[in-house]
Amino acid sequence: MVELAETSALNEVKDAEGMVVKPKAEAKDLSFFYGAFQALKNINMPIADKRVTALIGPSGCGKSTFLRCFNRMHDLYPGNRYQGKIVLQPDNTNILGAKVDPIEVRMRISMVFQKPNPFPKSIYENVAYGLRVRGSRSKRSLDDKVEEALRDAALWDEVKHRLNDLAFNLSGGQQQRLCIARALATDPEIMLFDEPTSALDPIATASIEELISELKSKVTILIVTHNMQQAARVSDFTAFMYIGELIEFGVTNNLFVTPAKKQTEDYITGRFG
Amino acid sequence: MTAPNEQHIQEIRALIKTHKIWDKVFAIVGLISMLVGVTTLIVLFANLAIDGAPRLLSWDFYTSFPSRRAGSAGILSAWVGTTLVMLVTAVSAVPIGVAAGIYLEEYAAKNWFTAIIEINVTNLAGVPSIVYGLLALGLFVYQFGLGQSILAAGLTLALLILPVVIVATREAIRSIPQAIREAAYAVGSTRWQVVHDHVLPYSTGGILTGVIIGLSRAIGETAPIITIGALTFIAFLPDSPIKGEFPYISFDWIMAPFTVMPIQMFSWTSRPEQDFQFNAAAAGMVLLGMTLLMNALAIYLRYRIRRNIKW
Repeated sequence: MVELAETSALNEVKDAEGMVVKPKAEAKDLSFFYGAFQALKNINMPIADKRVTALIGPSGCGKSTFLRCFNRMHDLYPGNRYQGKIVLQPDNTNILGAKVDPIEVRMRISMVFQKPNPFPKSIYENVAYGLRVRGSRSKRSLDDKVEEALRDAALWDEVKHRLNDLAFNLSGGQQQRLCIARALATDPEIMLFDEPTSALDPIATASIEELISELKSKVTILIVTHNMQQAARVSDFTAFMYIGELIEFGVTNNLFVTPAKKQTEDYITGRFG
Repeated sequence: MTAPNEQHIQEIRALIKTHKIWDKVFAIVGLISMLVGVTTLIVLFANLAIDGAPRLLSWDFYTSFPSRRAGSAGILSAWVGTTLVMLVTAVSAVPIGVAAGIYLEEYAAKNWFTAIIEINVTNLAGVPSIVYGLLALGLFVYQFGLGQSILAAGLTLALLILPVVIVATREAIRSIPQAIREAAYAVGSTRWQVVHDHVLPYSTGGILTGVIIGLSRAIGETAPIITIGALTFIAFLPDSPIKGEFPYISFDWIMAPFTVMPIQMFSWTSRPEQDFQFNAAAAGMVLLGMTLLMNALAIYLRYRIRRNIKW
């Protein structure tokens, strides 16, 4: 079991094999408010570099709210307020800082949403869009990057002959992999997944989970899931949240087998939630 | 067990029977209501068509200026005037209306101030057109010194349909799911990139519908045009926009006096001679045709654009 206080002090986490993993990002005393309502309460937690960290907890516990702090999605809506920090490494930037442009944060940290949300454009344009926003104009380099992202998202073989087809013509699972390709194409440092399989059937879910496990060699992943089996299958670290608080954080296997807190145990054994 | 069960089924059937009476009642009421509407329209249409047919089918009608003799009077200056005024109206109302709609939806903070603007814009759509005519007479004709020109008329009608365009733009923008905006922002788009690359292209169909509805209203407007002082008898065309010598394009036509289709119709209907009534009927048919043409164009464009987008 990784102790929270210890990790914050040492600025590092140990994985299941006892290997020391540097954090890619760290939430420090993070609180978040929707107007007067406090949705997150003093969260301290590291996000291990090139590992999958899962956020679990019952509906309304704040796991999606926490996730959406990492790309400043809350800035799109009025009345939202952050308190505390999320420090992004290696440059030690507090991405919630008032002087940090949310667009800069989103350029570094990409996101895959709950429901597949491709643009009503061609498959190619969906993947290329992030690159275009970053000023890519060269057809050659766009083509290469689009292919690479689609390959990494395990979609290339299914769509390589119809890149100009409308993205809406793909199945739900394919659309979600397209969204993953879109989020991957821009070489993000962290990828956020907000319940990415909740709208998908079991077969599509399995393919997305497999994909997430493969992606962690390239990118740091933070995933929200309401499905504990999914957290157990894909993640290296798991955080259990309850009513805006981080109850327990640790190596996934330890958290599920020997939870330290009573609330965690109650939740993972299905006594509530 | 079978006996009470049998009885129960009988009861259910009787119940369904009484409930279904209302089905029939409404079907009949609905049919009658629909017939009232459609028949009126058809009769009106047929009436115009029969009265106007001889003039409608003669080419001279479209290429002649108005005249004191009904037989040689035509709608040349009227349809040219209407076309040019509509052009000015569209060119000025569309950019302003669309920009205002986008600003209100995508940029403006949602507070009491924008709420007041919203309510006002919606209410402006219901202001009687003659009020716009009075405003335009004071503002465009006298204050800005535009006179009784095509420009003044076009701007007046633009003002009139601005609320329609703004409301339609906002509705079209609102129908884009928030998830699409979030997806665009999540890859690092600025607000303008979201508007330019996503919001505008995906709402073009809806905006176009609003523009056409607005223009269809403007094309038939008579009161505000008469208020600003459009002439009823024009026996010349505005200056041609295309010139033989450099710079080949001229905007002199914009300041020319003019008349429009509904005014021409109005002027003919107020004549005592029967023949002028036929001219008016034919002009009415042409005006209807122009409106239908615009609507057909909108439907076609919407079909082409929307085919690909199903939220």
